[in-house]
Amino acid sequence: MENLKLRFTTRGPIPGTARSTIVGVVASGNLEVLLERVLDQNECAVEIATPVRGYDDVWKAVVADFVERASPGGMRISINDGGARPDTVALRLMQGVRTMEAGDE
Amino acid sequence: MPSANHSVYEAHPVRVAAAVEEAAHKVGEATEQENCKAVAREGAAVFRPGARGSSMNARSNGPSQRAWDTARQSREQRLAAAARYARGKLVSHEDATKLLEAVVRAGDRVCLEGDNQKQADFLAARLAEVDPAVVKGLHIVQSGVVLAEHLDLFEAGIAKRLDFSYSGPQGAAIARALKAGKIELGAVHTYLELFSRYFVDLTPHVALTVARCADREGNLYMGPNTEDSPVVIEATAFKQGIVIAQVNELVDKVPRVDVPGDRVDFVVAAPSNFYVEPLFTRDPAQITETQILSAMLAIKGIYEPYGVKRLNHGIGFNTAAIELILPTYAERLGLKGRIATHFALNPHPTLIPAIESGWVEQVHSFGSEVGMDDYMRARPDIFFTGRDGSMASNRMYCQSAGLYATDLFIGSTLQIDLAGNSSTFTKDRIAGFGGAPNMGSDPRGRRHASDAWLKAGREAAGETTSLPRGRKLVVQIVETFGEKLSPTFVENLDSIELAKSLDLALPPVMIYGDDVSHIVTEEGIANLLLCRTPAEREQAIRGVAGYTDVGRARDARAVEDLRARKVIQRPEDLGIDPLDANRSLLAARSIKELMRWSGNLYDPPRKFRNW
Repeated sequence: MENLKLRFTTRGPIPGTARSTIVGVVASGNLEVLLERVLDQNECAVEIATPVRGYDDVWKAVVADFVERASPGGMRISINDGGARPDTVALRLMQGVRTMEAGDE
Repeated sequence: MPSANHSVYEAHPVRVAAAVEEAAHKVGEATEQENCKAVAREGAAVFRPGARGSSMNARSNGPSQRAWDTARQSREQRLAAAARYARGKLVSHEDATKLLEAVVRAGDRVCLEGDNQKQADFLAARLAEVDPAVVKGLHIVQSGVVLAEHLDLFEAGIAKRLDFSYSGPQGAAIARALKAGKIELGAVHTYLELFSRYFVDLTPHVALTVARCADREGNLYMGPNTEDSPVVIEATAFKQGIVIAQVNELVDKVPRVDVPGDRVDFVVAAPSNFYVEPLFTRDPAQITETQILSAMLAIKGIYEPYGVKRLNHGIGFNTAAIELILPTYAERLGLKGRIATHFALNPHPTLIPAIESGWVEQVHSFGSEVGMDDYMRARPDIFFTGRDGSMASNRMYCQSAGLYATDLFIGSTLQIDLAGNSSTFTKDRIAGFGGAPNMGSDPRGRRHASDAWLKAGREAAGETTSLPRGRKLVVQIVETFGEKLSPTFVENLDSIELAKSLDLALPPVMIYGDDVSHIVTEEGIANLLLCRTPAEREQAIRGVAGYTDVGRARDARAVEDLRARKVIQRPEDLGIDPLDANRSLLAARSIKELMRWSGNLYDPPRKFRNW
């Protein structure tokens, strides 16, 4: 297992009131993303646990683009990766943010 | 004028008979050349002006005295040699190898029918058993090289030269045989191109075909799996070749005559039914959310704005996803009746929900698909069916339909380079093309207009105010990474290197970049019609190439400029919510749900029954 920790300053907080959500599943080629609204509204922390080594650069690029696109202020994001491809990671992160915005369901 | 042809024919040892046969296919040259043997060398379609001299002087205005029916005479000889194994047209399966040794001559062009679906597998196994000292150096001209036996022919020296379209599972074996010098490769064709050459310079001397049943007269019934057979048989039979059919059973009367008996010389009832590959079945259970997102992009960003009604879908999970979200996502967009109504398409099981919910008006097919027979029989308003009720396919007709009568082709590929060229060949696999280069090209001979075609034409023309011209939509839909994290976007296609290492005259490119109108990935759509320079095109491609090296090397500013011009469109630009990219959007999520949609008329093959 490789662990990667990234921190970002965002343009602002993400809308919505949901305290936390989980999207995805832990499975081969997939991943689980936990989002928690626990940080300051201009802060975002991302922790990645992945079984695949040697893709740090790709992870950093995927997460940086996501933060730029979604401005997920206030979020602590924990990723439990099962060897997902970057496209799946990017999609899951966007789904997580949309779920947080959507409300408490 | 004394006929060199005729004297050679009189000698007729087996070896020379084959040469005569070859010469008969080159009548135009033979009349002007003295040395028939020189003409008759295998594959030597070379005109030698220097060899003409004296015979030119000897010409008179009267009719030539040469023999004009050497091919027919050769055919009569072959039939005579085979007569001892046949009762009428019927040959016992135990005598099939001997039959082939009697009718196939060294150096013959042979179509051992097999494509990406049905296989003359019994005859393939028998041809691999012939004595390679007698039957050798064959030139195999068939669309699919799919069975292990097809490669065995080359290993044994029975066959030497190959012209084909599609290899599928044998792609790696063909590459190995090429490198080992066991195969001389002519070309990798598109289907329509190979079939066309059957009538020009690759006419088979012997065609080994396959049918569901035959009667004693040799009338063949192929049911939904007619596929390549009519074109293969017509080219062979009408040029004095020999046609042999393997059939599942002999009957008194065939349900429908797909091939008339007077084009068929021998019929062999095989001990087991011929094999058909269920190549066009995709299990909805395996469709990923990324594929669903790309499918939404294709519908919202291409099908809707161009109003694409007439189309072809390539094989794959991406296009299966499109088919399965027509009744859900596209329905919500209010597109029913406005897109995806007329298909040139194999009977994809994943199209069943769209058909059942009234999206599809009609489908013409290249071939059939295992398990779809009863469903198609029950839907004659949608599918083409014979008077007997069963579906009728024809690969040549459907390929023509896909080329000239559709406005959009959408399909996947393995590699795309910075100019948009795509290939399914890798360093160690000669995959073949199938119909993709035909479907996936802009037919410059098209002369009928449609809204989709004209809109694409306007976009390609830009500000230039020349004659209005149309343009086919040729869409590559891919995930940025393929199997084992191999990048789909590359600086250089593997096939270019492969072509160098094998000394191929033409690097195998499946779809040329200048034919591609759009590239769809999970990151967005690149509209290449709107690109005005090669540099713009390159950045448009990099701009949807995701986190591949090609994608990460993009000029971010140039990409944002292209996005502002809608050359690149992201999911959010099209109002696509990533939460919708969910498997619940699929009208059917499993093979079993496809069966339910069909009212249990769809009967999936065993390998897809996972419950």
